[in-house]
Amino acid sequence: MVVPILGCALVAGCGKNMVQQARYDPYEKAPLFEDGMAMRAPPEGVVSRDAPQRRAATQRPAMSAALLARGRERYGIYCVPCHARDGSGNGIVPARGFPHPPDFHSERLKAASERHFYDVMTQGYGVMYAYADRVPPRDRWAIAAYIRALQATNLPEDRTEPRRGD
Amino acid sequence: MQIFSPSADTWFRAGLAAFAVLVAALALVGGGYARSEYLTQVGWTRDQQVPFSHKHHVGDLGIDCRYCHTSVETATRAGLPPTHTCMTCHSQVWTGAPMLAPVRKSLATGEPLHWRRVAQLPDYVYFDHSIHVDRGVACVECHGRVDRMPLTWRAKAFEMKFCLDCHRDPAPHLRPPEQVTRMDWSDWSEDRAEAFGMAAMRRFHVEPARLDSCEICHR
Repeated sequence: MVVPILGCALVAGCGKNMVQQARYDPYEKAPLFEDGMAMRAPPEGVVSRDAPQRRAATQRPAMSAALLARGRERYGIYCVPCHARDGSGNGIVPARGFPHPPDFHSERLKAASERHFYDVMTQGYGVMYAYADRVPPRDRWAIAAYIRALQATNLPEDRTEPRRGD
Repeated sequence: MQIFSPSADTWFRAGLAAFAVLVAALALVGGGYARSEYLTQVGWTRDQQVPFSHKHHVGDLGIDCRYCHTSVETATRAGLPPTHTCMTCHSQVWTGAPMLAPVRKSLATGEPLHWRRVAQLPDYVYFDHSIHVDRGVACVECHGRVDRMPLTWRAKAFEMKFCLDCHRDPAPHLRPPEQVTRMDWSDWSEDRAEAFGMAAMRRFHVEPARLDSCEICHR
């Protein structure tokens, strides 16, 4: 009696694919939805549960060594390809044909407010795309703070020569 | 009357020998297949809509992994970049390249690019990128030298053994968290890496005895 029941229980599991289970994972196709994507965007007008925290994060945080360190790291990830480590704009992407970005050491950008850098990261500027989807608000402020630190550094006079594309 | 022919004994012996050879051959073929790159897909590239080169973007241009895989530090998934990220540069660079036509089409229509996954775990495995990155497990540990991959392939056999090897002895696989995305980071001696790994494990309360529990990965 026990053997057939156990046998049935064992066989019942056969054919079920455990590797690709019947569920929607991020980035997968989903025939259930009209656009065929498992990942959903919230409907229009949705207010997120952490809306107050999100709004608070858009306020400029107090300057600190930790904020600058964070800014340095994030600048290295998202800004260096174009703006270069020294902020000159002689990055490797401009060397490959992207329009040369302005120098952070220029008088215009030294006079610009930190809010200006924050807004450019949020909305984009000229040919620069917005980074709002990649850099969260607090990190944007951190990068703005680090740009200030970069502007306070003295660079050699001959640095303005753009790097040649190779 | 004689039941067995004079040659029966020879046939029986030959049959036994043949059976032994067959079992050994099956074991060899089966074992070889289970460990083969055909099954584990190590080193195999997949046809993609766009022949994206990590070698070019990471190796030649030096773009950080997190520029595109933005959620690797905060979520279970590293994140595939939206078309918007590709077009950040390719709205100005290589604008007419036929190779990038699917990217431009994706931007115009809003339909995401269809990528075929290269590094994919079975659905019965729970894996979280953020905790690994936060504790200092480098990208290269599992994904290999993507900066040398013109087309992306799976660098390691994602078998349970691979995960357990590291979970049982994490120390040599840990580095300072700010160095996780570096591909060529190898200037530490073995002793120094081990010492750092042990210190990091103490600091983060990493206990190998707990790390190989079933429910760590199968939940």
